[in-house]
Amino acid sequence: MTTSEPLIVLEAVNKWFGPLHVLDNVSLSVGRGEVVVVIGPSGSGKSTLCRTINRLEPITSGSITFDGQPLPAEGRALAKLRSEVGMVFQSFNLFAHKTILENVTLGPIKVRREKPAAARERGLALLDRVGIANQADKFPAQLSGGQQQRVAIARALAMQPKAMLFDEPTSALDPEMVGEVLDVMTSLAREGMTMVVVTHEMGFARHAANRVVFMADGQLVEDAPPTEFFANPRSERAKDFLSKILTH
Amino acid sequence: MSVLIDKFDVFASGFWLTLQICFLAAIGALILGSVVAVLRISPVPPLRALGTAYVNTFRNLPLTIVMFFAAFGLPALGSNADFLRIPGLDIVFSRLGTDLPYFRFALIALVLYTAAFVCEALRSGVNAVPAGQAEAARSLGLTFIQNLRHVVLPQSWTASVVPLGSVIIAMIKNSALIGFFGVIGDLSQTADQLTSAGGEPFIPVAIGISIGYLIMTVPLGALLDRVERRQAVAR
Repeated sequence: MTTSEPLIVLEAVNKWFGPLHVLDNVSLSVGRGEVVVVIGPSGSGKSTLCRTINRLEPITSGSITFDGQPLPAEGRALAKLRSEVGMVFQSFNLFAHKTILENVTLGPIKVRREKPAAARERGLALLDRVGIANQADKFPAQLSGGQQQRVAIARALAMQPKAMLFDEPTSALDPEMVGEVLDVMTSLAREGMTMVVVTHEMGFARHAANRVVFMADGQLVEDAPPTEFFANPRSERAKDFLSKILTH
Repeated sequence: MSVLIDKFDVFASGFWLTLQICFLAAIGALILGSVVAVLRISPVPPLRALGTAYVNTFRNLPLTIVMFFAAFGLPALGSNADFLRIPGLDIVFSRLGTDLPYFRFALIALVLYTAAFVCEALRSGVNAVPAGQAEAARSLGLTFIQNLRHVVLPQSWTASVVPLGSVIIAMIKNSALIGFFGVIGDLSQTADQLTSAGGEPFIPVAIGISIGYLIMTVPLGALLDRVERRQAVAR
């Protein structure tokens, strides 16, 4: 799966929120086309880890490289990097004042300077792909949570990113809508998209991930293929965590 | 009360001059206030510090002091604020082009002072937009300015407009100070002219002046109430 150099490399990353050590010497590399699922108890730093990769959270020390380049500081270079890394949020964050189609085309038109007609065409194709082309002219608030999250995925894909970050994409959804979002993510994974997915969906981790990363208290505790991790967790923390979520 | 009718022309010209300076000051304050607001929310720390310093200075000084510095400090620095003698504009707003600079000084003071409040009104609107909106825009690669223009400001406007209106109403009332700093013939200073120099009774004159201010501020307030009601319905 991993070819040549990895796409995302975190080396000895530390992050403090005031006195709180949220990322404790975390090192992780993600190869091209690899799907890494990050799990762990809440407060373990997994969301923060995900958000450092496109520098929505700046880090205190250590280094992060994306596609061979260290993450730039604020400015145009960072904006360009972010345009190459798609991000999907727990709370969707669709632009509330824009229609579904405008949400999907804003990035391509303003950041990539694509012609509006071309961006619209691709936007509609992406909406079709995630199964909501018939809602293109509605506003986000008129859609269900699952539909909104699928739009958010289409919006990120419209930038033709090299990697996708998912920060608990199904945690704010009603249970019956989780499946439709995971289906889209699974098909993305099959197509070879590089993905970092923070989630509590163990089913997705089992069948779509190449690797499972387990975090606790800001530390990266385990990093293993899903079959190995779920069958034979090595650390006590992971055993404890799995026993709590898999018993019912 | 006959003074209201007999001296109607004096009241009217005072009203017109106050309206002129308020119109110009409102435009100036909205522009400068927007610039300061952009500074205050920018991702660059020195720019943020500059914006914050501006607001802290002009929001926390009495307007009288700002007027004082404009009217006495600028001449001491050798400036007559001639940059405000804008060709074309001084046809409608004749005081902009006069040799006596006090109208321009007062205008500068009103703009500087009011811009601090405009900045804060705009910023309160920006803060009302959920942080996730700007984060999503940043994660797409939009620059700070694109983010403001296409995502944040269109959504912050509805939350800003009512506090902005209150700032402008306050500014109209604050403009009553300009008569103390060399500007002759605005609505408030008209009272002085009519009572001290013209010997007119004070209370009727004060009533006339009050009516003049209310004509400017009450419709503005009513307009804001309407905007607010429409927003409430839209929500």
